[in-house]
This record gives sequence, structure tokens and C-alpha cells, in this order.
Amino acid sequence: MKRFSFFSAVSLTLGFAFLYVPMLILIIFSFNESKLVTVWAGFSTKWYVSLLHNEAFLDAAWVTLRVAVFSSTIATVLGTMAAYVLVRQGRFAGRTLFSGMIYAPLVMPEVITGLSLLLLFIAVGVDRGIFTIVLAHTTFSMCYVSVVVSSRLATFDRSVEEAALDLGAEPFDAFRSVTLPIIAPAVISGWLLAFTLSLDDLVIASFTAGPSSTTLPIKIFSSVRLGVSPEINALSTLMIGIVTVGVISVSIMTKRSATRQARDERAAIQG
Amino acid sequence: MRRLLLIAIPYAWLVALFLVPFLIVVKISLSDVQLSIPPYTPTLEFSAGWTGIRDFFSQLDFENFVFLTEDSLYWKAYLSSLQIALVSTALTLMVGYPIALAMANAEQAWRPTLMMLVILPFWTSFLIRVYAWMGILSTEGFLNQFLLWTGVISEPLTILNTRVAVYIGIVYTYLPFMILPIYATLEKLDVSLLEAAEDLGCTRRQAFWLVTAPLSKPGVIAGCFLVFIPAIGEFVIPSLLGGSQTLMIGKVLWEEFFSNRDWPVASAVAVVLLLILVIPIILFQRNEQRQREAEQ
Repeated sequence: MKRFSFFSAVSLTLGFAFLYVPMLILIIFSFNESKLVTVWAGFSTKWYVSLLHNEAFLDAAWVTLRVAVFSSTIATVLGTMAAYVLVRQGRFAGRTLFSGMIYAPLVMPEVITGLSLLLLFIAVGVDRGIFTIVLAHTTFSMCYVSVVVSSRLATFDRSVEEAALDLGAEPFDAFRSVTLPIIAPAVISGWLLAFTLSLDDLVIASFTAGPSSTTLPIKIFSSVRLGVSPEINALSTLMIGIVTVGVISVSIMTKRSATRQARDERAAIQG
Repeated sequence: MRRLLLIAIPYAWLVALFLVPFLIVVKISLSDVQLSIPPYTPTLEFSAGWTGIRDFFSQLDFENFVFLTEDSLYWKAYLSSLQIALVSTALTLMVGYPIALAMANAEQAWRPTLMMLVILPFWTSFLIRVYAWMGILSTEGFLNQFLLWTGVISEPLTILNTRVAVYIGIVYTYLPFMILPIYATLEKLDVSLLEAAEDLGCTRRQAFWLVTAPLSKPGVIAGCFLVFIPAIGEFVIPSLLGGSQTLMIGKVLWEEFFSNRDWPVASAVAVVLLLILVIPIILFQRNEQRQREAEQ
């Protein structure tokens, strides 16, 4: 029986219109000639040109990119370790506290995370700057990485790992040559998640940034508070474009590698 | 030895950058405000030994928490955060459920694409998605232009800088969190149950309320918590769309800290916010656990 009714079609259309029309409007009006963002006055790319000459935005973008690369990379290493500990290491003293600390940041309001880290940095006497933002971003995004990686670790067949150990591999070698290739897709998506979380973050960065380390979201937020501007529309369009291309190409890549893997496994079974 | 290191490194990181900062917040919430840097006393002096620790504890007090109950601004902010979070969770459910249902009913071949379309906005910047609504909801914005053009209204509506704008913002940004868990439970739903219900004389609508809705409850509960919990502490949406009259606790905390520079009160606000969140978080965890057990 066919379940996809007229009602389904309507709710999908309206739902996706709701999700995408606001962004489409943003994109269209980034090409508007006029400074008024709600009245169309002809096609122009001048806001992109002025954006490229805006030193403050370029600096902020560079800070954001560096923070995102460092924090997501460290977070991926720490998060993968944490996932391995949670799924594979069994019981140890303080395990409950450990898993609590992995899950708590996921539900912690950003204002509290930001406030608490700022108070720590001041108590310890660290100068705030790129370094402190990296520490802050690493801490919350390693929890996301660990959740993504541990769900993969929990579902895959442990016997391959045990076989490697039985055949005399050192635990670390077994991890590197057997476990890691299997969980690699999860590790990569964990990294991507950490990277975008860091690119996006406004609240925690506002608390932990110093005066010389303004990130792009902080810069966007402070200019957006004054109202809508076509330059921000242009910047948003660029960011939406990059993310869309990135997400779609990664998903195509993972889909391809999954089909390849499935084919290889079938071939191996048929031998 | 290696095992110890493997556990110790992430453990130490989280203790140093999650647990300790949190304890500092609790400590400062029990301190007095000072016009200095750092702007609070007492500070814990380990160098003074036991007397230092004793002095520290004797100076702690709950006056910041008492202050929170005395000034109506704070409890009004807590109440309106709760209310805004509740209303917008209900609205997100009403918008999200039909979309999840339609996705689960769609052809198998279409589902990955539909999933992608739901997840894609989640990857784009949160700030930008909220900002997009500023141009739509303002008095001369697109929504008013559209409504005036269609003749539904004759005067532009004030939507931006009201609660309604905050509701729209929360529904829009958190919609994927609602759709995905509901879709996950609906997708697993055994279609033959619906067919049985219809064979036994149910109309489609009855079959939905008697079969589909009860079976999708775990997904609905998970989705509601995933929207409700972050919505309570939300800062960006009320400050960009809500205007100055919309009180939300995340915004109050931010202003207490950055504008008033009252760290002890900001910390006390944070502690109370967390206490409020503990109950929904525990309920959420329980729901997740029950679902996991049901699957095994």
C-alpha cells in the first residue's frame, strides 16, 4: 500500500521551504546593488569586493580558521582516545566520573561553559588569546568526537582486533593497523563535526577570546547587532557555499567508499 | 603503563578544563563582589595552609543566591526562559513531526537525499541562520512585504524584537534535532502493523493515532529534550531576534558578566540554571537508556 500521501507531499514541501527559503533570500540579496537589504535594486557583486578589502573580517577569518584546525585536530585525538577508553577498557576507578564528563558538555549551556573556562583562565593567570580559545573548543568538541567514534567502536566486530592480538601484534599496532582503518570514517566525521563546531561557536569564544583574537562569529555578531548589512549577507553566502560543497562531497566520498567496501567484502566471501 | 596513559590523558584534560572550571564557578557564586581584578573575594590561598582554607570556607555565603530570589529580574528571566523553551519545543514538534512522518513514508530511494536536506542546515553556521531571520521579520522585511502584497494585512506587523520572533528562531534552528530522532523511530516502524489496523477497520487517521503515534513516542521524547534543553540556556536567538524586552536567562548571565561585571551573581545565575537543567537531563538519559534496552 502506498503510504506517501498528498499530506506527506505538502508537509515535505512546506518543511523544506521553511528550512531553505530564509537562506535563499540571504544569498539572493547578497548580490543586491542597494545597501537596503530588503529592496532589490539590480545585480552587483560589489559587497563581495568590499568584503575582500575588509581587513577586520579577513583577520577574524584567519584567526577562526587557525583555531578550528588546531582545536578539531587535538579534539579528534583526545576524543578517539576517550571513546576507546569508554568502549574497550572495561572498568577502572573513576569510570563513572569519566563518562559523566564526556556527556555533560554536550548538554551544558554554552554560556556556562564559556563563563567557567574564562574564570579558570583568570584564576590560573593565562593571557587570553588564540591559545585559550583552542583549549576551550578542544574541550567541548572532543566530547562530540568521542560520542561519534564510540558508537562506531561499539558496533564493529571485535574478533578482528582480537585476531591481530592473538597473532602477536602489540596492542598499539593492532589499534593502528586494524582498529583505526575500520573506525576511520567515524574519526573523519568526528573531525569535521569538531571543525564546524569550532567555526560556528560564538558564545564560548566570546568568553575565552582576548582583545587581539577576535573570531569571525564574534565579528559577525557585533556587526549584526546593529542591523542587517549586505556585506554580512555576502560573507554568509560564502560560508553557506563552502559548507554545502564540503558536506555534499564528503557524503559522496563516504558513500563511494562504503559501496567499495561492501563489494570487496562480497568478493572476499565468494573468494 | 600504556593503558594508564591512554586513560590518564583525556581524563586529566577533562578534569582540568571541565570539572575544575565548574567548581570555580560554584566557588565564585558563593563569594562577595569586589572592585578589583579578579572582582571577587575570597580567593583560596593554599600558601596560608590550614588557616587559609578555614578562612576561605568561613567567608563563603549564599547571599548571591538570596539576591537572585529577591530581585524579580532573575526569577522572571528563569520563568520566561522555561516558558519560551516549552512553547518553542511544542511548536518544533508540530512542525517537525509531519516532516519526519513524510520522510519515513517516502520511497526508499529518496530517503538519503531527504536526510541530507535535513542535516545540511545543521552544518551551516547557527549565527547565520538566526541572522537570516532578521531581514525577514523586520517591519519592512520580506514577511511583511509579502503579507501586505497579498492583502492579508494592511499595516506591517511588529514581529522582530518580540517573543514570536524568538519562537520562530528556535523552531528554525532546532528543527533538525526534532526531525531526526522521530524519523529514526518511524523508519523502523513495522508497516504491517498499520496494514493490520486498517484491515481491522481503522481509518488512516485512527491507525495513525492508535499505532504510529504511540510507537513513535521514544523519538518524540528524545526530540523534545534535544530542543528543550539547549533552548533554555539560549543566548544568540533572544539577543538577535528577541529585542530588549525578551528576558532569557542566558542573556541575563551574559549581561551580568560583560556589562555589569558582577561575577559572583553571574556565577550564581549559572549554578541555578544548571540546577534547573538537571531534571530534564536525567529524564532524557532515562528515556535513552530505556530505548537502548528495548532494542536489545
